[in-house]
Amino acid sequence: MSIVNVLKGFYEILKAMAVTLKYFFTKPLTVQYPKEKIRLYPRFRGRHELQRRPDGLELCVGCGLCAAICPARAIYVEAAENTDDARYSGTERYARLYEINYTRCIFCGFCEEACPTGALKLGHEFALARASRGELVMGKETLLQPATPHAIILED
Amino acid sequence: MDWIDTLLIPAIKAIVVTLGLLVGFAYMTLAERKICARFQLRYGPNQAGPFGIFQPIADALKAIFKEEVIPKHVDKWLYVLSPVLAMAPAILAFAVIPVGRPIVIAGRTITLQLADINVGLLYPMAVAGLGAYGIVLGGWSSNNNYSLLGALRTTAQIISYELPMALSLVSLVVVTGTLRMSGIVEYQAALPLIVLQPIGFLIYFICGLAETNRSPFDFPETENELISGYNTEYGGIKFALFFMAEYINMIVVSALVATLFLGGWQGPILPGWLWFFIKTAVILFVFIWVRASLPRARYDKLMHFCWKFLTPLAALNLLVTAVVVLILR
Repeated sequence: MSIVNVLKGFYEILKAMAVTLKYFFTKPLTVQYPKEKIRLYPRFRGRHELQRRPDGLELCVGCGLCAAICPARAIYVEAAENTDDARYSGTERYARLYEINYTRCIFCGFCEEACPTGALKLGHEFALARASRGELVMGKETLLQPATPHAIILED
Repeated sequence: MDWIDTLLIPAIKAIVVTLGLLVGFAYMTLAERKICARFQLRYGPNQAGPFGIFQPIADALKAIFKEEVIPKHVDKWLYVLSPVLAMAPAILAFAVIPVGRPIVIAGRTITLQLADINVGLLYPMAVAGLGAYGIVLGGWSSNNNYSLLGALRTTAQIISYELPMALSLVSLVVVTGTLRMSGIVEYQAALPLIVLQPIGFLIYFICGLAETNRSPFDFPETENELISGYNTEYGGIKFALFFMAEYINMIVVSALVATLFLGGWQGPILPGWLWFFIKTAVILFVFIWVRASLPRARYDKLMHFCWKFLTPLAALNLLVTAVVVLILR
């Protein structure tokens, strides 16, 4: 341990401490979450949202491509025929049952890509904690609701 | 000298010092958490009250109401005793530190210092040395590998830092010619001793980091390797006592640095106690700053550094100081 080494080390320590001191006077990065909104990028992949046509009919035709491509097997679709009395979508068939299991979903977005009608979009809702596993299997009644995430959506 | 001078005033001072240190400890934990957080671009605790000022109270309540757990395999008597052994010397050491200019109340001059003993400088060194017994015995009585290793490291550490620390203070005594704390502070009326003893200051500060088991020399409790080391088996208020000992030691060492090297309560314009407070707070900030900046050293490196570098340096410093003092006299 030569004197030069020690002096060098001392200088390095002072330099390191100058760096940390600089950050001491920087504004913290923490987002005070419930009080402040989180900033999300537009392509953030959150909870799925099933889209509707402008006239209110569902875009989903119950083809099941999303369920087929899903690598986590999180989607279950059961299709049924539209009738004149009960019309849900513009085409012949509609999704009678559409469930996404959020204990399995990995938010990869393959389903969104596979969807031929553009009915399935990954929205920005990220607050997906629930009290039980059952609640994490979400059906059409939830997925059709446009979400209002507690976030600011940034420009792309 | 009547009973008021000999009994009442020291008693009041002792209570004030103890309470002051306990409150100081409580808010030191908050300050450390908040300042450390700011160094890491976080806010730190800010939910309990404005700026989190009730956080220490919440922590204290939690520690007190925790279940009292004494593991079966421990040496019960020493296990319970050692937190007290660590804690008591920490508070005791503050007794000789003058916190302000002497004040006059009802015709009596009261020094703002619990005891102005004539070996004032020796006393905190001796008492702080006792504090290590708490840690060593705590680690040993826990009957746990990790605790024992933490205790071993404390012993390795204490024999390393004590020598350069004492030597750096000896050169200070050579300059001031007194061991009395009030004398040392008076000596610094014109010039704080850090100007005359910059190397002594650095050595003392580094050894102070080692003495208080602070990062980068926090070997007794190295969380990553030793799972908190000596206090692994401790919980609740017994753990809080160890924690208290560490923080109060930190306050004491900072106060000592402020008193010995930065001129104590001496300073222009502001009242003496405020100067003392500011100087102590600055040193405490540096303690936290060092912790936020530097990674933990290895304990053989500390021994290496202390024995092969700091001790010779302190001896050299003492030699040069003595020669210069002798020539100038």
